[in-house]
Amino acid sequence: MNFNIGNGVDSIVNYIQDNFGSTLDFISAVIGFVTNNIQEFLLAIPMPAALAIFVILALWRVGVGFAIFTAVSLWLVEHMQLWPEMMSTLSLVIASTLIAIVIGLPLGIAMARSDRVAAITRPVLDLMQTMPAFVYLIPAAMFFGLGAVPGTIATVIFAMPPVVRLTNLGIRQVPAEYIEAGNAFGCTASQLLFKVQLPNALPSIMAGINQTIMLSLSMVVIASMIGAGGLGNTVLTGIQRLDVGTGFEGGIAVVILAVILDRLTQSLGKQGANFWQVLFRKPAKTEQEVAQPAT
Amino acid sequence: MDLTIEKDAAAPAASPIKISLKNVYKIFGERPETALEQLKSGRSKPEILADTGCSVGVNDASFDIMAGEIFVIMGLSGSGKSTLLRLLNRLIEPTAGAIEIDGVDVTQISSRELIDLRRRDISMVFQSFALLPNRNVLQNAAFGLEVAGIGESERKEKALNALRAVGLEGYAESHPDQLSGGMKQRVGLARALASEPTILLMDEAFSALDPLIRTEMQDELVRLQGEHSRTVVFVSHDLDEAMRIGDRICIVENGNVVQIGTPDDIVLNPANDYVRSFFRNVDVSRVFKAGDIARQTQVTLIERQGVSAAATLERMKSYDREYAIILGRDRTFHGIVSRTSLVDNIRNKVIDPYRNAFLTDVEPILASEPLSDVLGRVASSSSPVPVVDERNRYVGSITKSALLETLDRTT
Repeated sequence: MNFNIGNGVDSIVNYIQDNFGSTLDFISAVIGFVTNNIQEFLLAIPMPAALAIFVILALWRVGVGFAIFTAVSLWLVEHMQLWPEMMSTLSLVIASTLIAIVIGLPLGIAMARSDRVAAITRPVLDLMQTMPAFVYLIPAAMFFGLGAVPGTIATVIFAMPPVVRLTNLGIRQVPAEYIEAGNAFGCTASQLLFKVQLPNALPSIMAGINQTIMLSLSMVVIASMIGAGGLGNTVLTGIQRLDVGTGFEGGIAVVILAVILDRLTQSLGKQGANFWQVLFRKPAKTEQEVAQPAT
Repeated sequence: MDLTIEKDAAAPAASPIKISLKNVYKIFGERPETALEQLKSGRSKPEILADTGCSVGVNDASFDIMAGEIFVIMGLSGSGKSTLLRLLNRLIEPTAGAIEIDGVDVTQISSRELIDLRRRDISMVFQSFALLPNRNVLQNAAFGLEVAGIGESERKEKALNALRAVGLEGYAESHPDQLSGGMKQRVGLARALASEPTILLMDEAFSALDPLIRTEMQDELVRLQGEHSRTVVFVSHDLDEAMRIGDRICIVENGNVVQIGTPDDIVLNPANDYVRSFFRNVDVSRVFKAGDIARQTQVTLIERQGVSAAATLERMKSYDREYAIILGRDRTFHGIVSRTSLVDNIRNKVIDPYRNAFLTDVEPILASEPLSDVLGRVASSSSPVPVVDERNRYVGSITKSALLETLDRTT
């Protein structure tokens, strides 16, 4: 026997394309609007101002050492003449992360509240994460053409699972006694969610968002193959021309952006273990150190 | 004993019923209806578990809790006492039966009314404190008020008042993880008191605290109860605790209510071996007062004109007693004499050998003193120790052997 799954998928894609054209156009318009605006905004900021913002954020959220690293590394990117590419990549990352959070957070909450939703969603998430990232590029390009919009969509699909999973996990791990206390004092379902569950799940959710940002950063490089632009283009050009230098420059810029984004987002959530933490360990004031029990 | 007597006089009869349970059942598992039918038809719990996979949490509980009393539900772990408590505010839904609070059957009210009931009338204090770590002490104390939609300034004021009541107003800005266990539970108590509920449910509220702090918190609860009389339902596995704070105690075994009564009832007339088994761990010396174990087994002599030392000695010899208690005509305690002291005084021809034979080292004990306070005096005295009431009338005496028997009643 010989199943031909590929043909079936082709016909499904064609069917969607033929019959849901207007829906696809709408999605394309919304995502295009978000992506383009973020991109234009970021590119409109003059380089020194943007650098200053990054350094101040680094100083405020993390510390002096990291602020110096940020300044030096961004100056390096500028001198590799990759600043516009990096901003464009950043805008893709921000756009896809925002979309992933907007979809993923409610989905994670729904999973936490219903075992049935969780049972249905979990294999879908597995599929999204294990499918080779390139596979998303084809239908994305077919539905939405080439450019930043299909790039963003492929990135959202690839990068969304962590925020969904960790939102679900974070809410489920809120100790039962807190839930019981919430109920005992007369919380409605939404009060319980916003006053008890989400605040206590926040470290886990922030870890999920951090992972989503990291994944989307790795995906936007791949998404440059369908014309998403940015640093991915630089890397791709390096590969196509066998120009190791250019490829390496693009790669370095991606790493720099990754480090900066990772450290900044980690500082928002309290947890989130990552190998960058080992590289740039900060004598962080952990909760335990701040709060010694009074007895 | 006077403390208990006061409580007894205040609690029953006069006070109206606050909470009334009528044939309440709770069955855990997938097929509660089937299990309930089997339970009512008299099948045993292991049989029901084997047949339906359901376990019985509470089996046919019917009792009343009076307004303003501290009602302690006591049992070993797994006996269903915490389940019973949670049925009252429906954190656990009862399978069958009626639970009336102020005459309203709360098992029948809508979820909206239930939320109102929890916000207005019933608060809860948890064994594990269950303070929310993302809120400071004040915000924790104000949690119930915030949920109820009370305005910021009003809830801050009420929460601060509640914190003041438990002595923590200085810690309003602290975080729960900066506090010790006892302080955390004070915050838990303040959170429960802030909404000024009429019913306070306390689930092993002090069990996680070390003994000294636990006693302190028990006193605190009794003090707060004195200022503002609430109906307190207190779950505990500790009979000592139950005896200290409880107006009435309800003993639960395996989901069944075994006995309900005042602390004295429970100690003096335990319903079965399970109830008795609690005394193994209880310090009976704190439950009993000196008057409870004083027995009139000693020779007593009424002091009168003309009764000489020799006559007294004769009577002691005929009863073969080493000591005699000398009383006045109105049964007031005058002194205690021993055979040797009498004989010495007669031999030495002391004037009034009788009066001078009183043993000087024996001080009478007040009947209301807790046994724990007089253990040392009884143990170190060579003679029986007389016990008197507040008007110095002789109640009885405590011998060392009687004392040992009392302390040993647990085995």
